[in-house]
Amino acid sequence: MKNTLRQVFHSPKFVIGFSIFAIILLTVIIYPLVVIADPLEMVGNGNFFKPGTYVSVKDAVEGTHYTLNIDVQSGSLDNKISADDKADMKDWLVKYGGVAEADVDINDTEGLIELWGTHYDPDAEQKGILASKKKYYVRLNNNLKGILEDSDLIIAKENSETGELEQANTIASKEFVNTKDVANRKTFILGTDNFGRDVLTELLDATKTSLRVGLIAGVVATLIGLFLGLLSGYLGGMVDNIITFVTNLFTVIPSFILLILISYSVGQAARGVNLVATIIGLTSWTWTTRSVRSQVISLRNRDHVNLSKLSGHSMMRIVLTDILPYIASYVVMAFILQISSGILAEAQLSMLGLGPSTSTTATLGLMMNWANLYAAPLNGSWWAYFPVVIMIALISFSLNLMNTGLDQIFNPQLRD
Amino acid sequence: MGKVMLEVKNLKTKYVTRLREDVFAVDGVSLKIEEGKSLGVAGESGCGKSTLALSLMGYYFAPLHYISGDIIVDGNNISGMKPDDVRRKVLGTEIAYIPQAAMNALNPTQKIIRFIEDVIHVHDPKMSKKDIYDLAKERFAILGLPEEVLQKHAVELSGGMKQRTVIAISTILSPKVLIADEPSSALDVTSQKMVIKMMRDLMDKGFIRSMIFITHELPLLYNVTDDIMVMYAGQIVERGTAKEMVFDPLHPYTKGLMGSIIVPEEGVRENKLIAIPGTPPNLKHPPKGCRFADRCKYATPTCMSMEVPNLEVPSKENDGYNREYRCLMSVRKIREVYENE
Amino acid sequence: MSDNRASCLKGKGVTKIFGFGDKKTVAVNNVDFDFREGEIVSIVGESGSGKTTLSKMLLGLISVTEGEVLFQGQPRDISTGQKRREYWKGIQAIFQDPFSSYNMFNKIDSVLLDCINMRGGKSLPYEKKFEMMREACSFVNLEFKELTNKYPFELSGGQMQRLMIARIFLLKPKILLADEPTSMIDACSRATILDMLLKLRDEINMTIIFITHDIGLAYYISDSVYIMEHGKFVEHGKAEEVILHPKAAYTQRLINDVPKIYEEWDLSTV
Repeated sequence: MKNTLRQVFHSPKFVIGFSIFAIILLTVIIYPLVVIADPLEMVGNGNFFKPGTYVSVKDAVEGTHYTLNIDVQSGSLDNKISADDKADMKDWLVKYGGVAEADVDINDTEGLIELWGTHYDPDAEQKGILASKKKYYVRLNNNLKGILEDSDLIIAKENSETGELEQANTIASKEFVNTKDVANRKTFILGTDNFGRDVLTELLDATKTSLRVGLIAGVVATLIGLFLGLLSGYLGGMVDNIITFVTNLFTVIPSFILLILISYSVGQAARGVNLVATIIGLTSWTWTTRSVRSQVISLRNRDHVNLSKLSGHSMMRIVLTDILPYIASYVVMAFILQISSGILAEAQLSMLGLGPSTSTTATLGLMMNWANLYAAPLNGSWWAYFPVVIMIALISFSLNLMNTGLDQIFNPQLRD
Repeated sequence: MGKVMLEVKNLKTKYVTRLREDVFAVDGVSLKIEEGKSLGVAGESGCGKSTLALSLMGYYFAPLHYISGDIIVDGNNISGMKPDDVRRKVLGTEIAYIPQAAMNALNPTQKIIRFIEDVIHVHDPKMSKKDIYDLAKERFAILGLPEEVLQKHAVELSGGMKQRTVIAISTILSPKVLIADEPSSALDVTSQKMVIKMMRDLMDKGFIRSMIFITHELPLLYNVTDDIMVMYAGQIVERGTAKEMVFDPLHPYTKGLMGSIIVPEEGVRENKLIAIPGTPPNLKHPPKGCRFADRCKYATPTCMSMEVPNLEVPSKENDGYNREYRCLMSVRKIREVYENE
Repeated sequence: MSDNRASCLKGKGVTKIFGFGDKKTVAVNNVDFDFREGEIVSIVGESGSGKTTLSKMLLGLISVTEGEVLFQGQPRDISTGQKRREYWKGIQAIFQDPFSSYNMFNKIDSVLLDCINMRGGKSLPYEKKFEMMREACSFVNLEFKELTNKYPFELSGGQMQRLMIARIFLLKPKILLADEPTSMIDACSRATILDMLLKLRDEINMTIIFITHDIGLAYYISDSVYIMEHGKFVEHGKAEEVILHPKAAYTQRLINDVPKIYEEWDLSTV
């Protein structure tokens, strides 16, 4: 036994898989202890905020300001107009603004904007231009208005008595705020999702739930599979025929179709996380049954089982002590695979909108579903779905790696 | 003295387990086989006799590893050759190997003649199918195998017939050395006898020029090979002619082994079988002195600590033939001790 | 062989048929036998002759299709679990492969304790049980002290098979069915096993049914021999008579095909 464990932890595949899984598990457990927040709290008003640190504007305005002698203009200019915009501007100026191509320097942003300001006219005749392009130039022009002004910004307060605005503060263009001075800050490492929830916190909570789904599905499938497999393998005869028939029936019907039908018929209101997990388990036991059955059949005729019978042991005891320990490694491997496939099945179901219908917990599949519904892939909000995909891939990769590692140890034919 | 077909000098090989422990399965084996002679290797399971067979081919794959020593086949040293070269230049023409489960090696979807074509084409790609068929037909006829077998699939043949077919295929290129590792152990007695007869025929008709026959069945060795070599814990403990080994063993282990022979012949019921207590040493950490010392009833403290050299003594029967044994007792002392029992 | 010894196990027309319809195979075909008390009987046959099927039927591990088995003169009844357990107090077995005969998750102590419990020694004080186990181990030349807390696979094949005999010694059945007990172990350990089987017979007057494919071994150990071919007994009688002067053609062939040492082995007769 000790030797087997030693061998297991000498298998590089198993160790890598196990480490990845352990890291995921530990993160999932430790993170909520450190960051105490409701994972589904809608922090943001609006959908898909970019990853980054958000600071309170009011705090920034009211806090200590420092004046730094830095060229702030080019910095904010670069932030506002992209290289594509500049190329388009040059394009317009040359084609419709009547400027010679040699006069336009695309690298001199300020010069370009000045040229633009003097030559651009939205009502000018623009032949052969698409309407959408035309609108784009109008939008661009509006954006650029006042961009070169570096006059001070005046902050006004409403006087509660007179209702008039009074100047409270002015902000020069070279004034800075130290982010540390800003009392209210919030960092969203992975941005927010469509409901304005912190994706990272939500992701870790969803991982926890998905692992639970996998675990429940795995336990249900393995228990059913083990029970039926032991029964049909050990008893043989009519019992075996019936169980094999039922198993084959379930194998032939694609279990995913079955899953969809059951989930659908259960109804939206009743589908909780645990119920969905159980349903997944109930549709994926066939593989375990078949492999356990074949293992038991080969064990049933072994001499140690015969000897146990001759020693007068009961059937229950023979199954528990003479057969179960021998197939334990196979069952563990099947269990690992069931967890992995359970997590994937949940993700698939949720993508179809048949997953757990709950607003109190997230699962990996639901996160994908939400991101998909709010067109995150289309509007470029990668942070809403990409980390979820990576997490699903990592979990199933680590579990499968562990399984392969174990397989090589317990299945001598695969040894090198 | 005939031409030396196979000479092995101090061959050492090891297995590396999954936990990176070394098992020294063949530990300093030297042997010599002359043309037209056959050598039997006997020993208990785990003594390294099958590993010796694998090591002699020069074809090593994990977990078996080569450590040191020379394997010289008809003047060519094949130790240290690349596995690919061994496969192309040595196997089939120089050395042929028949494992116990050889009969399961036949691909059930192919006719027997295809295997023969495959074997020949590796070494002579130009030979036509007709020539190969004629050669195979002739060889099969001499070995007493029906010609129809060539056109059959493996599943249509019985176990004994399959094993004989495999032997005929492996020796189609007339190898210089045939290594047979328990070729008849999985068969019933009648098929076993046919296999043995076939191997004798191969030797007599000159299709193979020397043979190493490995088995744990001593009566079989006695009837098949000229010489017998007994292995114990990765080493050779005794070597001599078959008759001497069975009826006049020198090493106490050989004596025990020969004392356990049971045959259905008159008088055997009255023989007292010799039992050797204990178990062979662990080859991960072989003992320093004589490897048989802790099971030997004649062992002295010197046996435990001193490495025992291989001694050569002239054979009583054959002039000019030396038998070898690995024991600290002199031949006279051994005979005296056995006499007094 | 003195025929006044009581019959221990007797069979009349014992038949075993596997499958039905077109797939029907007759593994054991209408065999009669009479094993007497304190006798070592060998059943010799090649692989596929049905000797293992017969042995499993005798043990009651598989059902008998037709025919009757009488245990100590009485028709045996193994219809219920309780009756089977009672029957197995009278007949026990040693199997061919010691490596697969043990549950590798159980320690040696528990193997032996099982036997004591089966003989009704469950309530004995531990010292008494320990004494019994020690005695059983010394019967087979094993040191019990060295075996406690060990697992069977830490022993060699020969030692495992001896432990099997220690088990039989504790159970003391009327009949021991030994199914090729020496074919998987080394020649040097074989002698020890055979000696111990003889000792069991001599000291406890056990009937031993020795199943083997090795006709030389059958000749060495047994009082009487049954030769089995294709599910039928072709010849039976005293060991000396059957082996040294075989009458059936099959027996003759079997003996001819085994390599000899003292006589010339005739290879031309294949």
